[in-house]
Amino acid sequence: MKILLTGTALTMALAGLAQAEGSLNIYNWGNYTNPELIEKFEEEYDVDVTITDFDSNTTALSKIEAGGHGFDIVVPTHSYVQIYVGKDLLMKPGIPEMENYGNISEVWKNVDWDPGREYTVPWQWGTTGVAVNKTAYDGDINTSAIWLDTPEELKGKVNVVPEMQDIMNLSVMYMGGEPCTNDKELLRQVRDKLVEAKSDWMSMDYGMTEKMSNGDVMASVNWNGSTFRARLNNPDVAYGYPKEGYIVWMDNVAVLKDAQNVENAKLFVNFIMDPENAALISSFARYANGIDGSEEYMPDEMKSAPEIVVPEELKAAGKFTSSCPKEVQDLYTAIWTDLQK
Amino acid sequence: MRDRKFSITRMPGFATVAIAAFVLLYVPIVTMVIYSFNASDSVALWGGFSLRWYAIAWENEFVQQATIRSLVIAVSAALIASVLATLAALGTTRRPSFKGQTLIYVMINQPLMVPEIVTAVALLIFFAGIKVATGYTGLLYLIIAHAAFCVPFAYLPIRARLEGMDLTLERAAADLYATPFQTFRRVTLPLLAPGIAAGAMLSFVISLDDVIITEFVKSAGQDTLPTYMLGQLRRAVTPEVNAISTALLVLTVLLLTAFFLLTRKRD
Amino acid sequence: MAMPKHARDGWLLSIPALILLAFGAAGPLLIVFIYAFLEPGDFSGVVWNFTTEAWFRVFFERDIFDGTVSMADAHLTIFWRSVKLSLLTTLITFLIGFPMAWFIATQPPNRRPAWLFLITIPFWTNLLIRTFAILEVLRNQGLLNSFLLWLGVIDQPLQILYTDNAVLIGMAYVYLPLMVLPLFAAIDRFDFRLIEASYDLYASRWQVLRRIILPITRPGIVAGSILVFVPSLGAYVTPRILGGGKNMMVGNFIELQFGQGRNWPLGAALSMLLLVIVLVALLAYVRVTSGSERRDA
Repeated sequence: MKILLTGTALTMALAGLAQAEGSLNIYNWGNYTNPELIEKFEEEYDVDVTITDFDSNTTALSKIEAGGHGFDIVVPTHSYVQIYVGKDLLMKPGIPEMENYGNISEVWKNVDWDPGREYTVPWQWGTTGVAVNKTAYDGDINTSAIWLDTPEELKGKVNVVPEMQDIMNLSVMYMGGEPCTNDKELLRQVRDKLVEAKSDWMSMDYGMTEKMSNGDVMASVNWNGSTFRARLNNPDVAYGYPKEGYIVWMDNVAVLKDAQNVENAKLFVNFIMDPENAALISSFARYANGIDGSEEYMPDEMKSAPEIVVPEELKAAGKFTSSCPKEVQDLYTAIWTDLQK
Repeated sequence: MRDRKFSITRMPGFATVAIAAFVLLYVPIVTMVIYSFNASDSVALWGGFSLRWYAIAWENEFVQQATIRSLVIAVSAALIASVLATLAALGTTRRPSFKGQTLIYVMINQPLMVPEIVTAVALLIFFAGIKVATGYTGLLYLIIAHAAFCVPFAYLPIRARLEGMDLTLERAAADLYATPFQTFRRVTLPLLAPGIAAGAMLSFVISLDDVIITEFVKSAGQDTLPTYMLGQLRRAVTPEVNAISTALLVLTVLLLTAFFLLTRKRD
Repeated sequence: MAMPKHARDGWLLSIPALILLAFGAAGPLLIVFIYAFLEPGDFSGVVWNFTTEAWFRVFFERDIFDGTVSMADAHLTIFWRSVKLSLLTTLITFLIGFPMAWFIATQPPNRRPAWLFLITIPFWTNLLIRTFAILEVLRNQGLLNSFLLWLGVIDQPLQILYTDNAVLIGMAYVYLPLMVLPLFAAIDRFDFRLIEASYDLYASRWQVLRRIILPITRPGIVAGSILVFVPSLGAYVTPRILGGGKNMMVGNFIELQFGQGRNWPLGAALSMLLLVIVLVALLAYVRVTSGSERRDA
């Protein structure tokens, strides 16, 4: 009996292998792709999907640029899309002609980093603000002062996520400047502020979903989706949108120029613009997706989540930051090094 | 002599330190095992006993394949590294110093000297060129990369063993007309075995741990357990890795115990 | 070219390993060396123009605001912290590892492999998971603090996590087998009759340890120290997870240059500097061990 079962399973597995129309290699952030979404795609189009993880935009870019990687699809953050385009790494898969193109929300159609959506479609978008445990601090949390002028109650309990670009831009906005500023006087003030603020920090680390959940960290610069997940574990966690300016970002799906499975990649790009599928993406990682009509398919707790729905009066403070020019980048790195020495 | 009260091998405090260290070594491991039975979503929040993560890991093909891939790479790399390191150690120890000996020595230990990230970036560029040129993107790149940085870890214990090894037995063998190969196989190799075993074990462990070089060298669909975890680091690490590791640990312990029981019987 | 037989054999035996290393280590290293003399590319990679700017930036910094040149104080701090923590790690692993290796080597021969496996088993679990487990032990509500609170030694949790101490504990844990295994290999072939002879000559335990055991096991000590010191110096994962990222070590700093800092040449130059530091340590090692060989002969 057992042998028979194993035999059947084996035959089925072999048949499955033989049947698949082809394959698709997706290169995405770790723990970011809903397995249900992939299964659905595999069944619908009879394509074998392989997911490979990356942990940072820079690693992903370096690998893709070096070549010989075997990926078809990559999911870079908006600030990296123009870099990919500039290095001629992406193809134009004819997105505006795709069946589901119309589902992209108007606001996400003509974006700075990809006007007319020629190269990319939305995966998820979110904000970088602050997460605060209300039991430790009950003042105003819609401010970067939480970590730049740390209130007495939070001293030594604050974490800052080590995302150089985001932290620098948040600090610059807190000090009254524009992201990617090259105003040296302002940057000097930013450096002094950061160095001074650092003595009140506990750590500069990732993994805040857990550490906010279990109370190891009482406040942190954090992403909205991660804060959402933490709040589901621990209702005391709240998310703040700094009124001095916070970061809005979007991760985008792009097809690589040297893709081996172009047709399947196109199918996938179209597939994720379907509201029902986009909802699958969001319900896994807890970020919004930029596809109209997907809310309908999302779990209830997401529709009204304060981490997802930006309060009207704070909408204007959100800033899309592009990748800074080289000379600003150098200044940022120098300040960052000074900060972490 | 051993039954004399005054044991010459006893050093005061050594046994205490050793036993305490052995216990401490297992504290984090026990923590990991306990947390693998955690019901909650998070690796850091205790939510009661459950086998949930074992079920999830059991169904997650991605994690399983990553685990198998890690093991395949580690075994291959350890084998290659310990064989090559043994040869090199025989070539560079116990003979009059020769021209280029220091060069060989430095070359062999070079992977140790460079931080992983540097080797990783360099290998990325180096292998990407070969991948594009040959079209082959298989696991061999990872095995070569791992074997290379394992060589010094295998070489140093083997060399340490060789350095103080008694030459008398080998000379005796040669006097009795044993061929150099017979001498090596019957005399040198058995004497050297503990060093080789130590080197191979170190290599295996080092390969299993590697994350950064693998992250940069891997091609599509070549995630190992560490790179899978690295990808989760920024978001949330799920306890299924604890479950997988506990399962692996149990498997290892069972295999080793079986191995010991079998070999002991033969003795 | 006539080469003495022992030299020819030495090379022949080493060549397979050298070929592997040429592909897996030395060749790539050459790329890094070249990169240290190029200009950084816009977002990653390099531009093929020769410059020594990266080297200048390793040692000096131009004040970003008024352009004055001064010693690169940040780099110095980071390098010094790394060397200090690595030396301490080596010392700790030696102090713990030597008794462990001795203990194992003095067990009856048929039990030794079991003890050796006991050391390595925790390390068959991957580094990241182990490091997370250590984090679990060290955190404020973790095992260690709960235990100390229960004992009444402390009345509020110690902040161990995210300090240099946490990094030290983590590195000592991670690198311990790299110390114990070579030590064991050295002690295992130790001729215990020597100790017997010294005791017959009325040597004290301390004298035996200092005059006989340590000198004879020196190759093992040095091998273990190198195996611990060098990887500690470039450690990345442990400082990142247990150190909380507030204070970088060289490994993290170099990673920053190849990653978010987008300055590959500076990263390459810093790596070369690290390489030089390690080379000096290794050459000292060769000196020490070849010295002992000569004495043995």
